[in-house]
Parts: sequence; C-alpha cells; structure tokens
Amino acid sequence: MRIKCPYCGERGNDEFSYLGDASVKRPDPSAADASDAFYAFAYERKNVAGPMQELWYHAAGCHAWLVVTRDTRTHEISDVKPAQDVALEQQKTASAP
Amino acid sequence: MTQSQSFRVAGLGLVDRAQPLDFTFDGVPYTGFAGDTLASALLANGVHLVGRSFKYHRPRGILTAGSEEPNALVELRSGARREPNTRATVTELYSGLDAKSQNRFPSLSLDLLSINGLLSPVFSAGFYYKTFMWPASFWEKLYEPMIRRAAGLGRAADAPDPDIYDKANAFCDVLVIGSGPAGLMAALTAARSGAKVILVDENFAFGGRLISDWRTIEGKSGSEWVNSVVTELASLPNVRLMPRTTVFGAYDTGTFGAVERVADHVAVPGPGQPRQTLWHIVAKQSIVAQGSMERPIVFGNNDRPGVMLASAVRSYINRFGVAPGRTAVVFSNNDEAANTIDDLVRAGVTVAALVDTRPMLPPAIKAKARKHGIRVFEGAAVTDAVGGQRVSGARIAAAYGSINNIVCDLIAVSGGFNPNLQVTTHLGGRPQWQESLAAFVPGTLPKGMSVAGAANGSFSLAACLREGARAGANAAAAGGFNNGSASAPAVEDELTEVSAFWHVDGAKHKAFVDQQNDVTAADVRLAEREGFRSVEHLKRYTTLGMATDQGKTSNVNGLAMMAELTKKSIPATGTTAARPPYVPVSLGVLAGEHRGKHFKPTRLTPSHDWAKEQGAVFIEAGLWLRAQYFPKPGEADWLTTVNREVKTVRSAVGVCDVSTLGKIEVHGTDARKFLDRVYINMMSTLGVGKCRYGMMLREDGIAMDDGTAARFADDRYFITTTTVNAIKVLQHLELCRQWHWPDLDVQLFPVSDQWAQYSVAGPRARDLLAKIVDKPFDISNTAFPYMACAEITALGGIKARIYRLSFSGELAFEIAVPARHGDLLMRKLMSEGKEFGAIPYGTEALGVMRIEKGHVGGSELNGTTTAADLGLGKMASTKKDFVGRVLAQRPGLADPDRPRLIGFRPVDRTARLRGGAHFIGKDDQPIAKNDQGYMTSVTYSPMLGHWVGLGFLARAEARIGEILSAVDPVRGETTLVEVVSSAFYDPEGARLRV
Ligand SMILES: [Zn+2]
Repeated sequence: MRIKCPYCGERGNDEFSYLGDASVKRPDPSAADASDAFYAFAYERKNVAGPMQELWYHAAGCHAWLVVTRDTRTHEISDVKPAQDVALEQQKTASAP
Repeated sequence: MTQSQSFRVAGLGLVDRAQPLDFTFDGVPYTGFAGDTLASALLANGVHLVGRSFKYHRPRGILTAGSEEPNALVELRSGARREPNTRATVTELYSGLDAKSQNRFPSLSLDLLSINGLLSPVFSAGFYYKTFMWPASFWEKLYEPMIRRAAGLGRAADAPDPDIYDKANAFCDVLVIGSGPAGLMAALTAARSGAKVILVDENFAFGGRLISDWRTIEGKSGSEWVNSVVTELASLPNVRLMPRTTVFGAYDTGTFGAVERVADHVAVPGPGQPRQTLWHIVAKQSIVAQGSMERPIVFGNNDRPGVMLASAVRSYINRFGVAPGRTAVVFSNNDEAANTIDDLVRAGVTVAALVDTRPMLPPAIKAKARKHGIRVFEGAAVTDAVGGQRVSGARIAAAYGSINNIVCDLIAVSGGFNPNLQVTTHLGGRPQWQESLAAFVPGTLPKGMSVAGAANGSFSLAACLREGARAGANAAAAGGFNNGSASAPAVEDELTEVSAFWHVDGAKHKAFVDQQNDVTAADVRLAEREGFRSVEHLKRYTTLGMATDQGKTSNVNGLAMMAELTKKSIPATGTTAARPPYVPVSLGVLAGEHRGKHFKPTRLTPSHDWAKEQGAVFIEAGLWLRAQYFPKPGEADWLTTVNREVKTVRSAVGVCDVSTLGKIEVHGTDARKFLDRVYINMMSTLGVGKCRYGMMLREDGIAMDDGTAARFADDRYFITTTTVNAIKVLQHLELCRQWHWPDLDVQLFPVSDQWAQYSVAGPRARDLLAKIVDKPFDISNTAFPYMACAEITALGGIKARIYRLSFSGELAFEIAVPARHGDLLMRKLMSEGKEFGAIPYGTEALGVMRIEKGHVGGSELNGTTTAADLGLGKMASTKKDFVGRVLAQRPGLADPDRPRLIGFRPVDRTARLRGGAHFIGKDDQPIAKNDQGYMTSVTYSPMLGHWVGLGFLARAEARIGEILSAVDPVRGETTLVEVVSSAFYDPEGARLRV
C-alpha cells in the first residue's frame, strides 16, 4: 500500500505507523460525562466496512500525523490530509455560532 | 564416460550447441547445452525418472516445461547451498550443476518405501483429520515418526546460507508481466509511446509460447520475431527488461513483489553479486500477460514418467530440440493439443495414435493424421498408462467400447488450458467460469490492472497480439502517453476449439488429480461421500492444491470432478483464487541483508569506542549498545565488578554514559501549557534554569514513561524520556500537538542523537566537574543547587549543558555536549578524575543504585501500573487536566487495595531474592487465589550487604514489617521476605543536596 503524504509525496506504507479511527476525538475533560466519554474514546471503535478516516503517522518521514481516508475493503485511499489542518478546521466549525 | 544426448534432435531448438555444459544427476555425469533447463537436458539424455512422490513414493517424471511442475522436484547443489524442491523445469542449466533426486530410499530406481502404495488406505483423504481423533499416544509413537520418515520431500541445507540477497525498488508507468506474444506487444506499444515500461518474465529467455510453439509472424519464425522486438525494447531508454524475474504477488496501490534470480544460473555467485534480489515494483498500470497453463486429464497411472503435457512436449521439441520419446500417443480434448502431432512428426517421433475425447475431430486435423499414417481414435480416451518406471504403452478405450493396447513411451496429454490468472486474484478478485472455454477467466481486477492474451482466455496467437497491443496502448494512455499505435502484426487464424473433459472412467489404476500431494480421483470421491463438498473443504480434507505448486495443474480438475459428483455446476462448486506467492519464494531473499547482526540496526553512543577500549561488557537497550559494566583484571565475576563500581560511586565519583536517553526540545509560547497537559505534574511553574522529574500517562490512565523536564527559557524546554520509549513518546507528543491541541504554539524537535550526555555521580562529582566546566560558571551548591540546569561551555569553549540531576542518590550532575565532542568529554572526565578516584560505571551499577534508592525503572513501568501504584499518586496535579487523568480515576485503577510499590528484604539476610516471585501469605498455599502481588526488581546491595527488592503488594504501606513468602514457581524457590520501605539507602536523601 502507498500513502501520499502531503509533505513528502507518495511513500510505501512501511514508512508509516497506524493508530486507528480518526472520527473519535479527545473529549472535553471538564464535561459532566467526561468519565463515560473518555471510556468511549479510549476503547470503543466501529468496525467499518467501507471508507474510513484513519490516523497514520509518517514515522520514517516528516513526523506528520495524517488523516487518511481508506476503504477498508479495498485499501483504496481517496484522501490524505495533515491531521493538524483537519483538527483546526474542526475547532473552527465547533466554535462557529 | 559422459552419456550421449541421444534424444537431441538435429536442426531443432534454440539451445547453443557450441556450448556444451557438464552436469550430474544422482552422481551420474551428463552433458547438455547452454539454453537448456535441467529438465530438457535430462530428457535429451533419455532420463525421465527424476523423483519419487510425496506419500506413495511412486516413480515420477517430468510433466511440464514450466513453473507449474508438480513432480520434477530435485535437490540442487550441495553443502550450505543445498536447495530442496527445486523445479527441474525452470532450473537453468549451468556447467557443474549437481542435482539429486528426492524422497527415495535407498535409490531412485529401487525405492523400498514405494510399499506405501500398498498401505494407501492409511494415507487416503482425511488421514490427518481422522488421525487426530485417535489417542495421542498413537500419534506420537507410531504415526508421526512413520509419516516423517515416509512422506517428505527434499532436505534443507543444514549450514547457514553463504550467499547474499538484495532488495531493490523500481517504479514505472507500465509493468508488463510475461513476455509471450501478448506481453511483448503490450510492452512494445507502451514503450513506443514513451511510457516507462518494465517487462518481467520468470524465464531466462523472453518469448513465452513463441519460442516453444512452431509459429510464424510477419514471415519470421517465432523466435526471430521475439528477438527483433526484444532488441527494439532493449534499445529504448524508457524500458527495463527483467528476465529470470517472477512477480510473486500483487499488493495494494499498484505494488508488486518480484524475485529476480540474479545468480541462480551459475554454480556460485560472483564476488559481491547477490544470489537473488527482492524487488518492490510500483507500477501506475500493470498488464498481466502470463499466458495459460495446460491441465492434464485424470486417467489411470497418469503420473508415470513419460506422461507429459502436450504443450510441454512442444516446448521440449521446438525450444530445446529434444524428443521426449520415440513413440508417442497424443491424448487430447482440444485442437491446439491435437496439432502436437505436427511437432512430433517434425522431431522424428513416431505417433502411434491420436486419441481425442471429442466424437468428431476437425477435418483438417484428421486429414493431417491420415497423411502421416497416424491412427485416430475419436470419442475415445486413454484409460491407463502401462509401465512401471516409464510408460511402455497406453490402454485406449475406443468410442464403441473396445480396448486397444498401444505400445508407446510418451503420452502427450491435454485437458485444455487454464488462463494464468493467479496474480489477478491476489487482492480478492474472483475468477469467472466461462463455459465456452471450459476455464476460469479473470474477474474483477484491481485498479490499474488489465489482462491480455491467453491469461484473459484469448488463446489464439492473433488474439494475443491484438489484445497485447491494445492493453499496452491503454495503459500508456492512462499515464498520459498517447502516441502508441495499437496495431498488431496479422497472423493466420488457428483452431482453438475445446470440449470440457476432466477424467476418464474405467481406469484400472490409481488416477492422480494432484500429483505433488498424491491426491487421487478416489480421494475426491471419498471427500464427497464424507460430506466435504465445497471446494474449500475438499482442499483441506484431501490436501488437493495445497502443495508448493498451489495446484496449478490440479485445482480445476478437482473442482470439476466434485461438481460432477454433486451434480452441480462448476461455478456453483467453487472457484480457484490464489494467494501470494505465485511460486515458492526463498526465505533468504525475503530476509535480504537483514540477518544475523544486520537484522536490526545497532546504535552506538559517541563514546562507544572509548568504552570498548576499557574492556566494557555491552548490553542491548532497544537498538542501543550500552556499557553494562567495566571489569578490571582479576575480578572474579560480574558481581564483583558491579559491587566495586557502586561502592566507588558512593565513596568517590563515577561516570555513566546516559546519551541513550530520549531527548526532545519543546519550543513555543505554549510549550508550558503543552507540557502541563502531557505530564501529570505541573511544568508551567518550573522556573527558568530548573529541572523537574515528570511522569506521563497513557490516555487509559496507565503510566507510560518518566523522565525530566528542564527549562532554559520561557518558551524553551528540554525533556528526556527513557531509552527504550524515546520513539514512542515522541510519536505520542506529536499526536497531542497536531491532533488533540492543534492551536497550541509549540514545536517538538527530537535531539536524542545530537547530545552526548554523561552522569557524573559521587561525593567528588563537583570537584571533578569544576575542572571540566569553563569559568566563570559557578558550580557550587549555592550557585547551582539540586535540580538546577544551565547552558554553559566546557573544555575551553565547547557548548555544553549541565543538569543537577541524580538517579543514584549521590551528589550528581549530568553534563551534555554536542555528540561529536562526546568521546573527548568522556576521556577528559576520566583523566581529570584520576586524582579523585573516578571510574566509569555501567547500566548494571546504575540499576543497583536506583533499586537501593527505590526509584522505578522499566520493570515497574510495565504497562499495567498507574502513577498511584508506583507511589507517585501525589505528583498528579489536581489543578489541571492531563492525558490519562480522567481514566486513571476509574474505580478499578483508583482502588486503594491495588498492589503498590514497596521494598522487600530477605528474612535470612544471606538469601537471594528473585524477580518475578509472587507474594503469598506465609502460611498460605502457593496458589493463584492467595496471590498478593509480585517482585519486579531485585539486586544485591553492596551498601547493605544483602539482597533487596522492589515489588507490588496490596495495601503495601500498612504492612511494613510483615513477613511473606516470595514464591518463584519457575525456579521452584520460596523465600521468606520482610516488607520494608523502598528507600533502602540514605532514606533522608542527605547525600543528594550537598
Ligand atoms: Zn511525510
């Protein structure tokens, strides 16, 4: 499998390490339900058959965390974005009125 | 006296008769020619019997002329290069080749174990399944030894492989797999358009069937046409030709695995030359043009030497100039194979009969047979081969039922052709059954892959050339290369009719479906009777298709027979998807250079050479080599050395190389905020010029790593991690920075390799360092107190950093210089320290002193313990959030009864403690129910004069003074221990702050 790092270009997957589902976000630690929310964040994952957003780390490259959209059935990768950009975008959306 | 090549045919073949090559088989010398395979050279010398079969030790010959060969497996070379199960049909002949037959006892022609054939009920389908149901004692004492002796193939070498193996990467626009008519046209068309093309073929000669069949293209012979195309391809700068290269697997995103046999065709690789190279080929587009494989028909004794696929017979005649017999019977169900009579006649082989299962042969073929005086049996079948170690005749059942025995020494058999589509299924594609071809053709293809020619079920030469050209043009166009002309040379039409036929009824002898695994037609019927009817069950119950040939010549026959037995269609019965590797791949080439001490990289610290000069004993820590201890002449054992090192540090001064610690610069206006969120304790309150011990948790509340943070400026921290967690911690911090808190102004720079760092510990540490650091830096306790840090220069202007940190409990400093000065600093510390009695000490003494001080190490930070378990609960700040805070409060982790870190000493002070021992009440039974905790670290304390240990014990703090049993079931030892404070030495820490 090959991943197109936005900084380094297309590279073999042996340069990357995998973390998992990028749809789960670290919850608000001050929320009333923080305990349940963190439990879900740490342990609960969907077993997706189809396109899935995943976190990959370019360990043998630029050290960027990436949000990779990969079809778990075919390994086809349709999108790769720097995780930091995605996270900033999410923050902006969340704070928009 | 070398045997003459009496089966070589004058005027035929592409071998180089000017280059004779000597070789031996089972010790007998023979001669072949350059361009031969081992198989063709053996056949040229009339050798057909080349091995014994897997289970029944039946005599076996050469069935094919390619990599699908199930029978002709030999041991090649000898000694450390001995290689079992080498297919003689793809082994390129070289001068001095030395091959032996396998699986025979005591000799190939007299095999006593062929009696296995009489015991065949024992070895029938389901044997393993049924045997496992019998008492275990039967298995161990009787069956396993018997099977191991009787059923097996070659022997692996018993010395390390002396050859080198390489790995390489290649990138292209178009990868063409196979160099027959379709592959050559594809490569040529794509290459002419300017696309970067790689053409691979597993054979040492390009051309596929064009050099094996008697064909004419544009007025040239097949091989002449091949040469002209290959010459043009070789002249193009955008083409890489890779003969002797097998694509063994298709992987995601256009990645292919291939093995190039760089030096398999010479006795010994040249100096520095790899034996084989593993290629990762990344291709934007790929064209599978691997042709087809002929399948046999299943009949009695169809495994006898002399039974050969019709296409292989043509290969041996046309490519190698070898007649595989004197008198032949052709047994077929299709036009292409029936036409083999042309080739046989050309080679001077008498064709005794053409037997075809079809009721009516095409008139053209019949006329040809009549012209040559060949008897024709239509609607007929060969029921059995006659003969023991070699075919001596064929038993033919004619259409009207009469039996005819015909004398022959060769049966050329063909049951039709299977497109060679394995590579198209590696990523999950399912082949589709095509009734008109009586064969599976490729189904859904991976992105970027196309199939051309016989691999696609288009068997005629005209179709192969046409499809190849089109696939080449399309693949090039997909990469933006549009200049390719898709025109293919015109060739005359040919007959390619086939009528499905799988096995012969009325065979008198064993009829083999899978010759490599010795699976018979009767085994398939037995599997059906016992209910193993799906193709996956059939495979596992009979082992059909599960040998190293992956059933290339047997799967479809087995499937078709099962379909017939269950009265289902073939597609309803199953399909024939394959997994990589396409052919066996040696472990050597997969390992490449990564073996022995090159299995992983070795990291050396800047003063490694110095430590080596001192005679240090090294230990692996992650990828690092660290000095474990520095023995002196006359020291009896490592314990003597370590005790001396500890005592010297605690009485004078010692230097320990701590360069392997993970080191990260944390910069930015939000660095303080960031560190507060990743450490359990406060780092924002750390003053500039100060250090602090810190602990990080995983998000699930378990301790991850510990280390120190030093602050050099408001927006500039430097943190350390443990040696083994350096990479993991950086990855974690990058995730926190980029993903959890992307808005923080903070940057991380890993600098583990940039700094050489040394711990200088002991009462004379300050005296020593005063001679190292440059003036006017004041190293006094007042100016530079415990937990201070500073950026200074040392040794006359070398940039340095100094930290007043102690792991040993002594007055201690860590001093760091840029890595290139590490060796110099270490040497200076030793020479300047002579007057204070300075010594180097290793990780072992470091470990002893940390246990004496009750500090946690890797055995305590073991992935199951919380900060509270480690006695560091109070460090966790309640004024802020941090990674792991929320889940560390879960009832299970916050339970006050969880085992906590505490110290232990033996009641009998002369007794030894054992790491891993479990604590049991001293009057309790040593069973899991009574388990109260476990010992994690133990050491002999030279300062206390007895063993001490750290461990986890439930309600530890309240149990000081209690006596427990420490049970070590592994060593069968039980030791009475007393629970004590973990601060064994200098509990007040008085030695630290002087
Ligand atoms: Zn990158």
